[in-house]
Amino acid sequence: MIEILTGLISQESLISFWEANSWVPEALAVATWETIYMVAVSTFFAYVFGLPLGIILVTTSPGHVLENIRVNQVLGSIVNAVRSIPFIVFLILIIPFTRLVVGTYIGTVASIVPLTLAAIPFVARLVETSLKEIEWGLVEAALSMGASAWQVIYKVLIPEAMPSLSLGVAITTINLVGYSAMAGIVGGGGLGTLAYYYGYQRYEDLVMWSTVIVLIILVQSVQMLGDNLAARIAKKRR
Amino acid sequence: MIEIRNLTKIYTVGDQRILALDNVSLTVKKGEIFGIIGLSGAGKSTLIRCVNMLERPTHGTIFVDGQEITALSEEELRVARQKIGMIFQHFNLLSSRTVFNNIMFPLEIARVPKKEARQRVQSLLEMVGLTDKADVYPAQLSGGQKQRVGIARALANRPSLLLSDEATSALDPQTTRSILELLRDINRRLGLTILLITHDMNVIKEVCDRVAVIDNSRIVEIGDVLEVFSNPQTPTARSFIGTVINREIPVELLHRPNGDSGGKTTRLVRVSFIGASAGEPIISSMIRQYDIEANILYGNIDRVKDTPFGNLALELIGSPDMIDSGLTYLRNRGLEIEVLRSD
Repeated sequence: MIEILTGLISQESLISFWEANSWVPEALAVATWETIYMVAVSTFFAYVFGLPLGIILVTTSPGHVLENIRVNQVLGSIVNAVRSIPFIVFLILIIPFTRLVVGTYIGTVASIVPLTLAAIPFVARLVETSLKEIEWGLVEAALSMGASAWQVIYKVLIPEAMPSLSLGVAITTINLVGYSAMAGIVGGGGLGTLAYYYGYQRYEDLVMWSTVIVLIILVQSVQMLGDNLAARIAKKRR
Repeated sequence: MIEIRNLTKIYTVGDQRILALDNVSLTVKKGEIFGIIGLSGAGKSTLIRCVNMLERPTHGTIFVDGQEITALSEEELRVARQKIGMIFQHFNLLSSRTVFNNIMFPLEIARVPKKEARQRVQSLLEMVGLTDKADVYPAQLSGGQKQRVGIARALANRPSLLLSDEATSALDPQTTRSILELLRDINRRLGLTILLITHDMNVIKEVCDRVAVIDNSRIVEIGDVLEVFSNPQTPTARSFIGTVINREIPVELLHRPNGDSGGKTTRLVRVSFIGASAGEPIISSMIRQYDIEANILYGNIDRVKDTPFGNLALELIGSPDMIDSGLTYLRNRGLEIEVLRSD
């Protein structure tokens, strides 16, 4: 970092610095786009599977509208099992599956598979927590009107939990930004790959620090979006 | 309207079996307001929740409007529940919906066509006096307003029965009164049967036609409210009545030393009166007719529903024969007499 700053002092060295590093902005832009793409797509798919799973975890619990203790226990243990595997291990563990689905295990598209799979149980638990916050009285009121389990879910649980659920999406997205960087180390693409190959293996400080700054901006923006959304929903109801 | 036969509910928590309802039988007539009173933990909440099967009875059967609710399939039960409205202590309104859409909710569940549903919500809002709050979220309402929304919501599917689960217990006395007035108004105008549970004897006194006293998982007393108020049979009922009407004669009166009675006798009696007789000068005509001196030691008059109801502690001084005749005179006028002390 200091070298960069001192290098910037004289104009002559500034030019040579630029010439040496002119490829960085473009590489950074490409990598940023790849990260956003990976994270967005895997967040989406993580919710496609994780949201229903979380709903099932809640509603099959004892006394709830779809009480089924066996289903609840089996799903609960699967979720716990996947969550207890460190992501970097999980990534390697499911390479055969990734290959089966995408045809390769290297690259941005291939990374989406482990990212999604690892995020599903995470999302399920987040959704579960959000839905459990809903007062039981509301479910009972709906049941007393003759609501079906399905109506309880989509007319009571989900709308009532919306502020909390949208914060969950932000947390998941941020988590996946971190995971995607790990995927980058095994050739997943995105900012992780850039930082690893250039920043770490080739001691390119500029690349290293630029990726860090981009990551900070990314995470901040996602958190702000999530906070804003949750606050807007909550404010409307106040 | 409701017929509960031999209802028993046992909760199993771990190895423990808790008897919440012990062989309860009860009939609620069409169009009446029936109150169940009991202390917390007595089983009243379990009882009312069995009527729409929010709790499944361990034994026993319940008929609602001729339909055996305890024998229905899930699907049939859902349809039956649409015709049983329920209101709650903590209102249970959806914070994600406006007042209008909260009342719309049961109509969505029952798949009432949108246009008709909107009209119904409009008229319900008028009925509970919240037309101006239609687009407001529940968080902006006061407790009383929330319960009005709860009532409108419970009536949306035009139920034949309304269950009220401690609906006024979270409200201040003034708001409680206005909610009770609303309930009574609905009961009269729509002929709606109301079953309510409460721990507040005022609620029973203000609106109920009949009352059941529940204690320790059993119904210990049941009858017309006036009857129970004027002549409670059990200590539980007496103590509930004592919370709203002071029937107890202060102890120092019971042990008042007799003055010089001069050959006359003194008797301390309690006179309870209900209804029209409270307005007539019966006591004073007794005093004149039988030449008795009467000392009013204590008294109060209250209203149970719309009927005046009261009791007096009288110290009667006169010849024993005259006092006996005087008391007979009072009894014949429909007053209830209890001799508390005689010399």
